Amino acid sequence: MSARAVNGVPGPSTLMGDPGPEGRFGDFGGRFVPESLVPACLELDAAFREAWADPGFHLEFEQILTEFGGRPTPVTRCLRLSERLGVTVLLKREDLAHTGSHKLNNVIGQALLTQRMGKTKMIAETGAGQHGVASATAAALLGLECTVFMGEVDVERQSLNVFRMELLGATVRPVTSGSRTLKDAVNEAMRAWVSEVADTHYCLGSVMGPHPFPYMVREFQSIIGREARGQCAALLDGAAPDLVVACVGGGSNAAGIFSGFVDTSSRLVGVEAAGGSAIGTGIPGVLHGMKSQLLQDEEGQIKEAHSISAGLDYPGIGPEHAHLAATGRAEYTRAGDDEVIDALCILAETEGIICALESAHALAWVLREAGGAIPAGSSVLVNLSGRGDKDVAQVRELLAARTKR
Amino acid sequence: MSGLLATSPAPGGGLEPGALEQHLRARRASGAKLLVPYLMAGMTPDWLATLEAVVAAGADAVEVGIPFSDPVMDGPVIQDAALASLAAGTTPESVLAALGEADIDVPLAVMTYYNLIFRAGHRRMARSLAAAGVAAAIVPDLSLEELGPWAEEAGDAGVETVLLVAPSTSEARTAAICARSRGFVYAVARMGITGERADIGDAAAEVVAKIRRATDTPALVGVGVSTPEQATAVCAHADGVVVGSALVRRLLAGEGPEGAARFVGELRSAIDDG
Ligand SMILES: Cc1ncc(COP(=O)(O)O)c(C=O)c1O
Repeated sequence: MSARAVNGVPGPSTLMGDPGPEGRFGDFGGRFVPESLVPACLELDAAFREAWADPGFHLEFEQILTEFGGRPTPVTRCLRLSERLGVTVLLKREDLAHTGSHKLNNVIGQALLTQRMGKTKMIAETGAGQHGVASATAAALLGLECTVFMGEVDVERQSLNVFRMELLGATVRPVTSGSRTLKDAVNEAMRAWVSEVADTHYCLGSVMGPHPFPYMVREFQSIIGREARGQCAALLDGAAPDLVVACVGGGSNAAGIFSGFVDTSSRLVGVEAAGGSAIGTGIPGVLHGMKSQLLQDEEGQIKEAHSISAGLDYPGIGPEHAHLAATGRAEYTRAGDDEVIDALCILAETEGIICALESAHALAWVLREAGGAIPAGSSVLVNLSGRGDKDVAQVRELLAARTKR
Repeated sequence: MSGLLATSPAPGGGLEPGALEQHLRARRASGAKLLVPYLMAGMTPDWLATLEAVVAAGADAVEVGIPFSDPVMDGPVIQDAALASLAAGTTPESVLAALGEADIDVPLAVMTYYNLIFRAGHRRMARSLAAAGVAAAIVPDLSLEELGPWAEEAGDAGVETVLLVAPSTSEARTAAICARSRGFVYAVARMGITGERADIGDAAAEVVAKIRRATDTPALVGVGVSTPEQATAVCAHADGVVVGSALVRRLLAGEGPEGAARFVGELRSAIDDG
């Protein structure tokens, strides 16, 4: 697996490495937070680095993810779909992880850190509710108090997940400001964190926010890429897949799987929601503690994202993805609502897997581009970031509306 | 407002105090406690008249908010003011154009979030502020580690950047922040976002003491100070107060320039009587 350096792009050793004490990924990243929160970010950075250098922490982290979380998740060969598309489709099955998505990996790591820092409470933001459910789960497992901020619009479209969080003993706080989706849930969680930072950890759900979150969350999610690298090698005669494809909201499942292949010649492809495409239609800016690509107007007022998928309804993207895009090491593309619903249905019918609407974005791009941007005969690893149970009611409505149309 | 702000800055934001700091130091030397009200530009159609009324009622300087869509340091009252202002079409340019035309004889500091500065460009924003006669900028989400590029351009344009010290800030960080704060040092009264509080708590006195050990730049307490009594209590330790949400709430309720002047007048007499 040879490393590649294209057009003077920095070598793989500098890509997806340690972003340093200020958390810089090229021109992106940083720590743009009110002074009240800076000491908490510094404390977290120190606690994370210490834990991550401690074999005892890794042992505990991996033990929980195995015994409780159901890892390693398998890689599934999609025989019928591959035949239909003329490319070999492999799925990394994060939908089979406990709580139904990759979000658990990050949350177990952060909940363990919360304990190490001597804090007793966690707050979290959530869009689709998957990160909220994972946070509530980890809090129950480790005996922490948990409050989840969720936009009112998302509370409505993901009501099943709201109930799951409550069953797990968490408090769900509906957010009524702004667009009442993920962006506003993050705002509200940050506001709450300022007042409660002494005994509360903010368990951020993606590779975004101020340093050390983008770095730390990627490291916790890198278990996806490490597993997948070995699993693909076993299936592909030692080779890495030609393409590695993942959906991108904040970008944590993508960062997790990309990190396992960044030093190979695999093409890395991130798929954003067409209505929330920070790389495609955003420009550089600063929001939620990070410098990254953002949907915004000329003056710098943040625009609202629009997607049927609550987990991708976010106007920004993690800073490391902005950097991977700028260097050309990863490509970012988008999928529209209609093709996403089709992709979800096709996977269900041909492979017997109902995936999350978020994950269906990655698949939609593969369905569209097989034989095009994806040459026939290629091997394609898709990160199936979550299962679709949370979305079936919404998909039923969307399909009914489509029949009427 | 030209006379006051024509003071030429030391190149590169050197040690010579700018217009805001000179003014506040002079007022402090005369024995006064410093009163800095906050209002959001564009939040009501008569915000400029309100600004003038607040100055006439005894403000030593005024903090003028430029609205941002996602104000993470602000509570519901200032969020509502920002929304109202954005809905009315307010932009950084429209605010600075209005301030440039206004006739105000105390220094002004704009308070906004970093993305608006970043998008405009550091040099362009610094020069626009200076051209509009604005003395200083307060950018709460621009941390010490990220300050450099903006501080350099602001210093070159003669714009002071006021930095914040929080209850959670260590002694060593406080020293580093105070060394780079210009105009005054903003002592955050409590861990939390802006908004009125029944009880000001005792963190403020400790923050002021930390600042005093690091600098003799004026230290003003803000975030949560809501009543004349609280302002007086805070001024027992601090050089002055910033009062935001309590004033903005009155303006959102339609009290207008007269209501604003009445409230600022009450604050003024309370801290003068000490
Ligand atoms: C199943 C699933 N996939 C993907 C995402 C998007 O997050 P990220 O881009 O951080 O992986 C979410 C977010 O809620 C999700 O629930």
